[in-house]
Parts: sequence; C-alpha cells; structure tokens
Amino acid sequence: MPTDMYKTQRYYHHKDFQKPSHFHAGNGVVTESKKRGSREIKIARKVLDVNDAMAQQNRDMFAEKGVFVINVMSSPGSGKTAILEKTLSHITHEVRSAVIVGDICTSNDADRLSGFGAPVVQINTDAFGGDCHLTAHVIKTAAGNFNLDEFDLLIVENLGNLVCPAEFDMGENLRVVVLSVTEGEDKPLKYPLMFRVCHAALLNKIDLLPHLDYDRETAVQNIRKVNPQMPIFEISARTEEGFDSWIEWLMQKLHG
Amino acid sequence: MHEMGIAMQIVEIAIASIPADLENARIDRVNLKVGKLAAVVPESLRFCFQIAAQDTPLHHADLHIEEIPVVARCTDCQVEWTVHEPVFRCEQCSSGSVEVISGRELDIISIEVVDEDTTDAD
Repeated sequence: MPTDMYKTQRYYHHKDFQKPSHFHAGNGVVTESKKRGSREIKIARKVLDVNDAMAQQNRDMFAEKGVFVINVMSSPGSGKTAILEKTLSHITHEVRSAVIVGDICTSNDADRLSGFGAPVVQINTDAFGGDCHLTAHVIKTAAGNFNLDEFDLLIVENLGNLVCPAEFDMGENLRVVVLSVTEGEDKPLKYPLMFRVCHAALLNKIDLLPHLDYDRETAVQNIRKVNPQMPIFEISARTEEGFDSWIEWLMQKLHG
Repeated sequence: MHEMGIAMQIVEIAIASIPADLENARIDRVNLKVGKLAAVVPESLRFCFQIAAQDTPLHHADLHIEEIPVVARCTDCQVEWTVHEPVFRCEQCSSGSVEVISGRELDIISIEVVDEDTTDAD
C-alpha cells in the first residue's frame, strides 16, 4: 500500500478512531464491556501492516544502496514486457539496471528480458501460494539475488492484474501503469485505485490506432479524471514511437 | 482477488490480540473497516474469512465490515467532498491537486470476546 497516500494522521480522520497509542503489534487493549460475558478488545491495526513494514525496510535498504526502484503494473497482455525490452535497450549502456519479473507460472518473460545487459530474476508466485501480485517480502527475497551495490535502477514487472498489485507497497520509488489501446477506454474508471496510486501512465500499442475504433482522447480523459496530474506517455513498444519522452522522464526521476 | 490472504492476516492479528487472561475465550465478532477504494470485495472477504477461521478461536466469529466512503480534499481550496464516481477533480475549483483522505482503509478495529468467567461485565 502506498504510504504517501495513507499517512498516519489521515488514518484518524474519522472521529470514532482511537488514539494512535492503540497501534501496536502485541496484545489488544480491553476497553469496554459490550454485554454480559463479552468484552470488546480494541486493536486498530492495518491488516496489511506486516507488508507495509517490510516495504519500508526494503525502501530503506534500496535508499542505502542508492538503487531506484520502479514498479510496472498493468492488465495481462498490455505490453509490459515489450516496453521493458525496449526500455532496457535504451538505457543499459548508461544505467546499471536489474530486473525482477513476476508471473504466476513460466519464465518466459525473464527469457525475453535477458540479453539486454541487465540481470533478470523471475518470480513465480505459485511457489508463494499463487498470489496475484508481488509483495514486499517476495521483492526482498528476489533482491537478495543481486549485489545491489552494482546497480542504480531496479525494474519490477508486476503480475498482469489491475486490482491487487495497487494495494501492496513493495518499497518502490515509482509506480507506472500501462494501458494499451486494445483494452477499453474506460479501464481507468473501472480500476481507479491503480490509476490513483501510479505516478505515470503509458498508453501502449498506439501503432495499432489506425486499425481500431479506439477513442484515444476518451481514454486520456478517463485517466485524467482519476488522476488529473499524472503524466501520460503515448507509446508503441513495437515502433518505439514516443519512447524518447518516456525514457527522458524516467531518467529525470532516476537522477532527480 | 487476494481476499484469502487478507482473511488469513485478519485471523492472525485477531488471535495475537487476545489478552493472556482470555486465552480460552471465544471470539464472536471481528470489527473491520474497509474503504470503498480498497481492492477488497466485502462479500468475498466474508466467504474467505469463514474458511480461514476454521479450527481457530474465531470459528464462530462474525466478520462485521463497515464500509468507509471515499473522501477527497482539494489541496488548493481545501474543500472536502465524498467521491461517488471515480473522478478526482475538485468540485469547487476544478483543481487536479486532490488527496484522498479516506476510502483506502483496511483496518481491524476490534474483536469481541465471549468470556464466560467474567462476572463484572455489567
């Protein structure tokens, strides 16, 4: 869960929340009797606080090592892997990069992403219970495969899923969502959390626009409804149209 | 989609929150707050919770879910409003600089424990 949208002070926005002192990992505090023989024990904990704590550990570790981490998310088939192939081919001559790629099964994406000068670790979540997203714990384990001192950029390709990955902070610096023009224009409205938590959107496969009835302007407007200030890069991983702007923005974030 | 993992986490937190003197007590209710922007479907979570609670002190527990509306605040004009459609542009000044101040909750608030030995409950 992205902490920048979920600061502790806002957590207590609702008047019936208890004071922060109730937030702890140990036993609950017995505060009142509801009825004879029944006691209410206040807990007031985020259900995902174990993941959030691990994500913060990851963030501290990456910061200490000087590694910038981006989390790339989208629905299945939007072109994440193709975008990363082309992105790596543009940057690995100047940016020391590593890749973690998550899928439920197969190492196909790792095979595709190898050979661009960046080491690749494939995560198959069936070994972790078939999860539909990557968690902070999995990223910590996967990052253990690299000597982080040797890298400046770690790219994480999440599982194809517009729902769950948005909820799980991994300790990344930047979140990017990919939307392709072969999907519905209303995807941002259907999956608002994903488009709220990301820092940039890549509208991919624009080389196909002449062959589709896709309303590009509506798609862009829908992204802007959910996240009015998010940069949108219209690109084609096949022709590399639009890649200059995307790479330039990514390098600004990396060096900024 | 990940409701089973969430349900298992809820059971784990609830069990860890039982004070030592109530160790043999039965939990009959878990109170949860789920924001409408959270990627969790309450019905699916209730179903998964029933499974995750089996063979634990929570196996008779009801999962009470309070759904929290999405509330946004404009950082330019400070107006707050409840978001019903997935549109995060200020209703008053049209600014796009909007922060979500509630609606992402996924919080376990409390558990209610049946303790037959308690005599001072009333």
